[in-house]
Amino acid sequence: MPDEILSVEHLTVSLHGRVILDDVSFALRRGEFTGLIGSNGVGKTTLLRAILGLQPYEAGTISVNGEPRRRHHAAIGYVPQKIALDSDVPLRVVDFVTLGLDAERWGLRRRSAAQRARVTDMLEAVGASHLASKRLSELSGGEQQRVFIAHALVREPHVLLLDEPLANLDPRNVQEIVALLHRLARDHDVAILLSAHEMNALLPVMDRVVYLTGGHCASGPTSEVVRTDVLSALYGHHVDVVQIHGRVFVIAEPNDATDDLPEHPTLTVH
Amino acid sequence: MNWLFAPGLFTSAPVHTALALGTVSATVCAVVGVFTILRGASFAGHALTDVAATGGAGSVLVGVSPLTGFLSGALVGAGAIGTTRGRGGHQQEVATGIVLSVATGLSALFLYLNATTSAATGVTQRVLFGSLFSASSSEILPTLLVGALALLLTGVIARPLVLSSLSVELARARGVRVALIGGAFLLTMAVAVGLSALTSGSLLSTALLIGPAAAAVRCTSRLSHALLLALTFGIGCTWLGIVLSYDSYNWMPKNQSLPVSFFIVVAIVVVYGVCTVGSTRGRRV
Amino acid sequence: MINAWQVGTLAALVAGVVGFVVVLRGDVFAAHAIPNGAFAGAAGASLLGLSPLLGLGVFSLVAALLLSALRRYGQRDTSTALVLVLTLAIGAALISQSPQIASSTYALLFGEILGASSSSVLPLLVLALVCIAAVLVRWRAFVLSAVTPDLALARGIRQGRLDAGFLIVVALATTLTVPVVGALLVFSLMVGPPAAARLLVTSPGRALVTATTLSLTVLWSALVAAYWTNWPVGFFVAVGSATIYLLARLITARR
Repeated sequence: MPDEILSVEHLTVSLHGRVILDDVSFALRRGEFTGLIGSNGVGKTTLLRAILGLQPYEAGTISVNGEPRRRHHAAIGYVPQKIALDSDVPLRVVDFVTLGLDAERWGLRRRSAAQRARVTDMLEAVGASHLASKRLSELSGGEQQRVFIAHALVREPHVLLLDEPLANLDPRNVQEIVALLHRLARDHDVAILLSAHEMNALLPVMDRVVYLTGGHCASGPTSEVVRTDVLSALYGHHVDVVQIHGRVFVIAEPNDATDDLPEHPTLTVH
Repeated sequence: MNWLFAPGLFTSAPVHTALALGTVSATVCAVVGVFTILRGASFAGHALTDVAATGGAGSVLVGVSPLTGFLSGALVGAGAIGTTRGRGGHQQEVATGIVLSVATGLSALFLYLNATTSAATGVTQRVLFGSLFSASSSEILPTLLVGALALLLTGVIARPLVLSSLSVELARARGVRVALIGGAFLLTMAVAVGLSALTSGSLLSTALLIGPAAAAVRCTSRLSHALLLALTFGIGCTWLGIVLSYDSYNWMPKNQSLPVSFFIVVAIVVVYGVCTVGSTRGRRV
Repeated sequence: MINAWQVGTLAALVAGVVGFVVVLRGDVFAAHAIPNGAFAGAAGASLLGLSPLLGLGVFSLVAALLLSALRRYGQRDTSTALVLVLTLAIGAALISQSPQIASSTYALLFGEILGASSSSVLPLLVLALVCIAAVLVRWRAFVLSAVTPDLALARGIRQGRLDAGFLIVVALATTLTVPVVGALLVFSLMVGPPAAARLLVTSPGRALVTATTLSLTVLWSALVAAYWTNWPVGFFVAVGSATIYLLARLITARR
């Protein structure tokens, strides 16, 4: 079994008095593609932010490579949701990706030939070489995603977190980005955690899934988690997992109960 | 050529002082201006000029040099903006606008008190519109020092500054202390504004801060090129303004020369206009 | 002196109403730019021996139209800022040519209670009514396009036209308010009280009334204080507007 590079154990996060994440546990492994699936508002971004050290939490541990996570970790790369840029911002794609090497350091520094080569290689790996001289603000949604991925990967993190990168892309772009990430995970031995509210686009490449609902999660290999019995137990009431033409649909009745979370332990299936 | 380089231009001491002070301000403003545009902080930059005015107006009452007055004003403004930060959007603009108008109100008061209590004349002109030719050469060294420090600070924070300007989340995830960087940059903006108020007066100093930089970013997408272009534009317009103002003594009917700041602003607006028109033709909008 | 009160009241009414739309649209910057155009116009008119009020009016309108055109083509913030500064620079050049005008610079920029024109109040009254009427006629359009721009578009409200119309109204309001409060401080009367009103009251209609009430309060207090101390009206207007805004912030922060 490949090594666990990131391990989340019994994580509990509250926001504005409400418990958002309750006893969430899962692990990421290098070279694997994990989907963080859940409907809007369920806490996916909160979870990612907790891992990044941007969100305080009441209980649980987050460890990177066996050690408890520091406030910011060089081993964790991040691709935020689409950012809006003024059309006048004077920054080229290649400069932005180069910035990924050492953006948090003070002072000015000339980049070595090796560093510049790494940037060029990274741009090529994400299929954005032809965009190198373009203004960052002139990129389309799909192009921006690629560039941000390059920016995050250029310093060779062990983990890459992506916050709903597919949300505003058309189907073709979605397919391409997913395939790209899958390839990058294997080629660069990176653990990828990608949050989405719809898992169908990820099914072909997803090794594991972290399925989040009502503050609880079920995690494990896709085929073992996305099943009627497992998800029904997770939701606390019956849900149907339906397969039509190779696509999976989870049909859950809207919860017309109170705000109380159902009493169920986190299920982790390996 | 006598039309452009009027007799006595090159030997005049006030012109030398003006050129020295003008060059330093234009340099600092060009560099800080490009980053201001990167951050979308133009309105804050403008607000700072109004608070700088208050400092300048107060400087005569208190008896300090104009440079000190403008700089202190701008620094206080930066502090005020720094503490009202974080509400975002319209609320932020309104709050900044309120700070700005209190500062202007105070300027009104100080200038009134100036007129009624001290013998100094033309203070209103000097503070609001600048009078570079009457600046004292003793201001050159402090200006140079302060300007150099501001440029140094900008260089130190450059990388985290760019990242946090693009995405606060991304910067925080990398461990960048976003608030610290923001505060440091406000400081450099305050210095830039203070210096340009000395050159062009507080009402017109926005042009020097934003104009050359805005024109530059229209022409190029490379940050380093934008900085160089902004420098060229800024320094060029400043020198042109000084020369033309000196010459205008001979053009105008009553031998009242036109202010330096007027020419600088016009030059900057022309440059900006050309760059804007040129870039929209080239780019598909 | 009754004259100053009359003109001041009109100014405050218009500033409150028009200023409310300024705050609604978030167009704080434009409310700063147009009065500065007014300054250049007044200076130029004086130089030519014409009525400063005429110059004020004409140049505010010119600034408004220029701004409206620029916004469609250039980048919003930078273009506005540069227009603002250019008009001020022109004003500066104009005053430099005549020392007599230079002494009225101060009044133009910061207002003077005696600066209220001694000519008939009637044209100003008409102007004020026109401004207020313009706002009320397009009231729904302003509110809708500020709160839900997409819905406004769907309803056929032409943003460009609305914006141009709005800027013209600001120009007219400027003409009325600059002589009393000064070009540099019209802004504070147009922004402070309305912003405070918005914080305190949610319904747009009632907020409008509140805004006008508050701006009247500010202006009247400023006039009284200016008479008493001989200090500039503009100073008291700025302080008054800021105080009201701060109070509104404090009150709503407690809720």
